[in-house]
Amino acid sequence: MTDVLDPPVHVEHHDGGHEEHHGPTGILNWLTSTDHKVIGLSYTVTSVIMLVIGGLFAEIIRGQLATPNGTLVSLAQYNELFTMHGSVMIYLFAGPFAFGALANIIVPIQIGAPDMAFPRLNALSYWLYLTGSITMLSGFFTAGGAANFGWVGYAPLSNSLNTPGAGADLWIGGLLLTGFSAIFTGVNLCATIFYLRAPGMTMFRMPIFTWNMLVTAILILLAFPVLTAGLVMLYADRHFGTHIFSVAGGGVPVLWQHIFWFWGHPEVYILALPFFGMVTEVIAVFSRKPVFGYKGMIFATLTIAALSLGVWAHHMFTTGVVLLPFFSIMSLLIAVPTGIKMFNWIGTMWKGQIWFSTAMLMALGFLFTFLIGGLTGIYLASPPLDFFTHDTYFVIAHFHSVVMALVFGGMAGLYYWGPKFTGYLLNEKFGKMQFWLLFIGTQLFTIPLYILGLDGMPRRMAVYPNDPQWKTLNDISTLGAVLIGLSTVLFVINIVVSWKKYPAGDNPWDAQTLEWFTTSPPPHHNFYRLPQIRSERPTWDHNHPNYRSLQHGVHEGVHTLDATEESHV
Amino acid sequence: MPRFGASPGVTDSSKSAFHLWQGFSIAAVIIGVLTVALMLWAVVRYRRKGDQIPEQHQYHLPLEVIYTVVPILIVFGLFAATLVVENKATANPKTSVTIDVNAFQWGWQFLYPGTNALVYGQTTQSPVMVMPVDTNVHFNLTSTDVMHGFYVRAFNFSRYALPGVVNTFTIRAQNTGTYFGQCTQLCGLYHSLMFFRVKIVSAADYAKWIASFNNPAGIAAAAAALKTTTAELASGVASKNTYTKFGR
Repeated sequence: MTDVLDPPVHVEHHDGGHEEHHGPTGILNWLTSTDHKVIGLSYTVTSVIMLVIGGLFAEIIRGQLATPNGTLVSLAQYNELFTMHGSVMIYLFAGPFAFGALANIIVPIQIGAPDMAFPRLNALSYWLYLTGSITMLSGFFTAGGAANFGWVGYAPLSNSLNTPGAGADLWIGGLLLTGFSAIFTGVNLCATIFYLRAPGMTMFRMPIFTWNMLVTAILILLAFPVLTAGLVMLYADRHFGTHIFSVAGGGVPVLWQHIFWFWGHPEVYILALPFFGMVTEVIAVFSRKPVFGYKGMIFATLTIAALSLGVWAHHMFTTGVVLLPFFSIMSLLIAVPTGIKMFNWIGTMWKGQIWFSTAMLMALGFLFTFLIGGLTGIYLASPPLDFFTHDTYFVIAHFHSVVMALVFGGMAGLYYWGPKFTGYLLNEKFGKMQFWLLFIGTQLFTIPLYILGLDGMPRRMAVYPNDPQWKTLNDISTLGAVLIGLSTVLFVINIVVSWKKYPAGDNPWDAQTLEWFTTSPPPHHNFYRLPQIRSERPTWDHNHPNYRSLQHGVHEGVHTLDATEESHV
Repeated sequence: MPRFGASPGVTDSSKSAFHLWQGFSIAAVIIGVLTVALMLWAVVRYRRKGDQIPEQHQYHLPLEVIYTVVPILIVFGLFAATLVVENKATANPKTSVTIDVNAFQWGWQFLYPGTNALVYGQTTQSPVMVMPVDTNVHFNLTSTDVMHGFYVRAFNFSRYALPGVVNTFTIRAQNTGTYFGQCTQLCGLYHSLMFFRVKIVSAADYAKWIASFNNPAGIAAAAAALKTTTAELASGVASKNTYTKFGR
């Protein structure tokens, strides 16, 4: 026992009294709160509802494709469905779930802050997100139906001649609102992480999740304003007689693609990095080890962010107007930091004591699914290979492997952090059943799509009368989609079944970072006291003072728990 | 060598793209299998066996350097191979046969400049584009309304048909036969049905086919087709005369 346990720093300690926030309760609390945990919970519920809505659209799409001449929906409805499926999943679920829901709740607690830097701006972000979501979805209730030009809204299909009707305008409006919501959250996260860290929490003692959210926030600030500008231009083209994207007036349609993807490719990492962060935390905790290559992990994240700003034209190789090898090598290079992350995750598990909780299983599901999505992405960085896979189901399969990996990451995050902000654990049996359904469903869903794409099936096809032989693979994929849907039903059942049933305690996972030092759920301003912060895992150091991280080359015998160790102080 | 899901296709560049596909696939399979093996080993070997706390290793610099440098080398290898194949695929050698392809909602028009030949069809009419084998055929691809995608699986190739831009490329077919093509870029209501076919014939048959448009009946048919086409195209945003080249 050479280590001397640092005494905890007492920030404030009242017996009750200050503990409860004196404000409105119930629905009024939800409507008026600026507490990051309440806002984060609103975000969580809203974004999971969006996941369910987007998932329902996906099930209808798969139902339509179950036969070559599907008649479940009309051609026009099909175009609306895949447009809104993509839009809901990308704009209204994945992003807001990552940086609105989990980051909002977890980041301030992880760095020992009482709240976000700008609590009212935070509330504004949520209300913009909610109104933007409702705006976009309300397109279904207009005469012409919802937007139907794909989630990328390519000009000139998205102009007022080819897509008249309010659905498209509501799509633009909804996207503008949620875009501003994202920008404000980005500002808030940056300010919070730069200025509100607890004493001792230096930049290189921040948990990986917080680091990833910082990098995500910076990417949001760089990318989203470009999308906002593009949407304003698109709206002006539609209604104010400008000709920015129309040939007839001397405009350039491809310009929309440049603007969209200059946002769109960083957006891919805006979506992915938070989930990388969640998975990193989960793997470390359930392997009972520190994150392997912590600093390398951070530099890999920064490298991904930097490269992601210079790869947008790989979405445009087949336009023929931007065939610069620059975009190819930049895109290929992203594989390097991503590979570093993959090996760091494996390194974290190496020689650990892996506890297969639902959260850990979900993280492993992420690793496998993301590996497939990552490897198939490398092909698309090579123009000659992109020429024959672009706009086919190969691309669909690639990015669905990636985004389904993010769903695994998000589920890992919910099972891991849910007990922290609700105070209750979810049922592990249901959780594991959900995992297996989701895992098998995801592979059944995506792998046939790779083959279909290479066999020449283009994306966004409502029918495929000339190629009835594609039916079998489509049916396997549809079966996978049904299993994924069932896993989501199981998740909802799990929430109902476990409702306030299994109290979590402060630190049910023997976790490592600061949020597990406080109560579950945390009090109004998150902490009564803080431990000494001497590494990126202060709670672990506090609970296991003899098991601090080892640098390379330092070897000590395997320790066993001794009597001086307490899981909680 | 396994095909890894792709096919060699029927043109010069489709074959080199296919070989590139095989190369990428070998790299992907090796890396994928290695990574899955490491994951499985970790999951099986290091599953929880008790309450012991494992050694808290956090860094292994030599290992981290290896798995940074080796991928960089692989990436540059893949990039070099990409450049070779891409330069071949996008080369525009001198040609004797030119086809102007106009995509529109929701069909295709194939014009053979300098001849009377013209092929035109909408959706499931699947117009047939005829081209000679073993000849460099030059394509001028454009669109009269929204963006479309000119995609022939047997070519292992696709290119956007952009309004306001004439995209050019050269295809040299090695086999005769009829192949399937369709629009791959979402273009509105009947996108799913915007089909065409490519018929690759011998040079002699091609000359015969072109000549078939030279008799009065052929000329009349082509003129009628042109009239329909022009009426169809006029309803679009711009006509071919106003096209200018951007970005090339």
